[in-house]
Amino acid sequence: MTDKRSIVVRHVSKTFTLRYHRTIKQMSIAMLRQQELSDSFLAVDDVSFTVRQGESIGLMGLNGSGKSTLLKMINGIMRPDSGKVLTRGRTAGLIATGAGFHPQLTGRDNVYLNAAILGMSEAETRRKFDSIVEFAEIGKFLDSPVGHYSSGMFARLGFAVAIHVDADIFLSDEVLAVGDRPFKRKCLAKLQEIRESGTTIFYVSHSAGSVRSMCDRVLVLEKGRLGFDGPVDEGIRYLHYDDDAENALDAEAEMDEELGADI
Amino acid sequence: MATEAAAPDRIVHAPLNPPWSQQGLLEVFRHRYILTLLVRREISARYQSSVLGLMWSYVNPLTQFFIYYFVMGILFGRANRVDAFAIHVFTGLIIVHFFTETMNAGTRSIVRNKSLVQKMAVPREMFPVASMLVSLFHVGPQLVILLLATTLAGWRPDPIGMVYAVLALLISMTIGTAMALLFSAANVFLRDVGNAVSILTNFVRFGVPMVYPFTLVAARFRGHTNLYLLNPMVEAVLAFQRAFWVGATSNPARTAVVDMPPNLFWLCIRALLISLAILVFAQSTFSRLERRIPERLL
Ligand SMILES: Nc1ncnc2c1ncn2[C@@H]1O[C@H](COP(=O)(O)OP(=O)(O)O)[C@@H](O)[C@H]1O
Ligand SMILES: [Mg+2]
Repeated sequence: MTDKRSIVVRHVSKTFTLRYHRTIKQMSIAMLRQQELSDSFLAVDDVSFTVRQGESIGLMGLNGSGKSTLLKMINGIMRPDSGKVLTRGRTAGLIATGAGFHPQLTGRDNVYLNAAILGMSEAETRRKFDSIVEFAEIGKFLDSPVGHYSSGMFARLGFAVAIHVDADIFLSDEVLAVGDRPFKRKCLAKLQEIRESGTTIFYVSHSAGSVRSMCDRVLVLEKGRLGFDGPVDEGIRYLHYDDDAENALDAEAEMDEELGADI
Repeated sequence: MATEAAAPDRIVHAPLNPPWSQQGLLEVFRHRYILTLLVRREISARYQSSVLGLMWSYVNPLTQFFIYYFVMGILFGRANRVDAFAIHVFTGLIIVHFFTETMNAGTRSIVRNKSLVQKMAVPREMFPVASMLVSLFHVGPQLVILLLATTLAGWRPDPIGMVYAVLALLISMTIGTAMALLFSAANVFLRDVGNAVSILTNFVRFGVPMVYPFTLVAARFRGHTNLYLLNPMVEAVLAFQRAFWVGATSNPARTAVVDMPPNLFWLCIRALLISLAILVFAQSTFSRLERRIPERLL
């Protein structure tokens, strides 16, 4: 039997220290006034799950529930304070739109730099360059500094680079929230394509509709704890369990209209 | 609704591993391609930011040169007492400016690149090292000016001088990288590290034999220069002067004996070892702080 595990997360916790003072002056004043210098806070709390290669996971939860933090630990930007994270193969994705773009550099140079950070070689980037530019639809702006781009163009360029990495695991953190409808539709279609090719997908979204069409399984984070891990429909119901039934239905219908119809 | 069938089997032939990147200076050189892009980006961003662009990188050291030459050389009369004083100052300035630029740009490097740091797991030593390489790039044109001037003054290349030039660069690169590493990480946690660095910059400018000759230090301290010579930047400057200034004086053979400390070569080797020790310390401090860098960049 081959080992099909793609992501293993075991008892992972992450504590942030909220620091109120960033300079020596601020710190000394706070010390004289006997204020707290820092305060710690558990953003991800003893989370465990295993994902098989090719599974598509919808990660849901309220703002501040620790979704982005969990994703950052899965792609290795942050380390957990305790517990274990293991991944198999190459990870790519978009955790923050526009991250890694240098405003003074042209779109072209930024594509190369971003691709390199995501692990692409120069030859690989050159080979995929036209396809990236085509997907991003930035056309004649390719050689102007990205500082002049609109936020939609920023998002398109970032997404275009990320999806061209031959990844085994793809992370997408609410990146589709920016961008217009045609772009969202295009990205979801592309994500679907990536999913069909057998890539493991971690998809963060508040939209029940898009999660329903994109995912095989839902994880729900609640204040850093894993509140639910199971089938999609049940997960979406779980999210609304304390709403009164009618409200939940309305909200869901709205969201479905927003995104679900796009696929 | 999606079913299991939607996910075809893909066998990934790779082990299950922790996702974070290996960190450390050696790891930086395994990511040479990103390093080149970062260095190129830094240089071309300066080109594009103003019409005069890159020229500003040279206006600063040249202005410093004229100020030192005027104040120390003319006002304090050093120009009459030190042979080829202008070249003496300029050789020192190239090394000192390289070091202080590495330290200053290095200190800001991680905070300035926070969007890259938060994007993907790469060795974060990459950013201070890139700052050092960008500063090294700017040494090139200054070296051309120096070579022109010193050749006009009668300097001719000699193999021993070239060994000293290489030693000078190695020492200042090593200790510059060490400082850049140390301060880049510290600056993430305390944003006023930059102020401490400017104090250190002044200390370095006047703590090396640049605007005054080494013989002056030897005379004042009556030969007790041990403490002074423990600063590796002193040897770096002396070695660079041995390479490019000694040959421009009226009697190079005499200058090499009288104006340079005896056993300069071994002093340089010791300085290189001290710099390496500081680099090891800087790397281990960086590694300890590095874990919490991404979350502190908000
Ligand atoms: N670098 C950080 N330092 C301190 N607190 C943080 C940091 N990053 C996130 N947090 C806090 O951790 C919690 C979880 O954040 P996040 O993972 O971004 O949630 P989500 O993506 O689910 O909205 C939030 O309360 C947020 O304020
Ligand atoms: Mg988030």
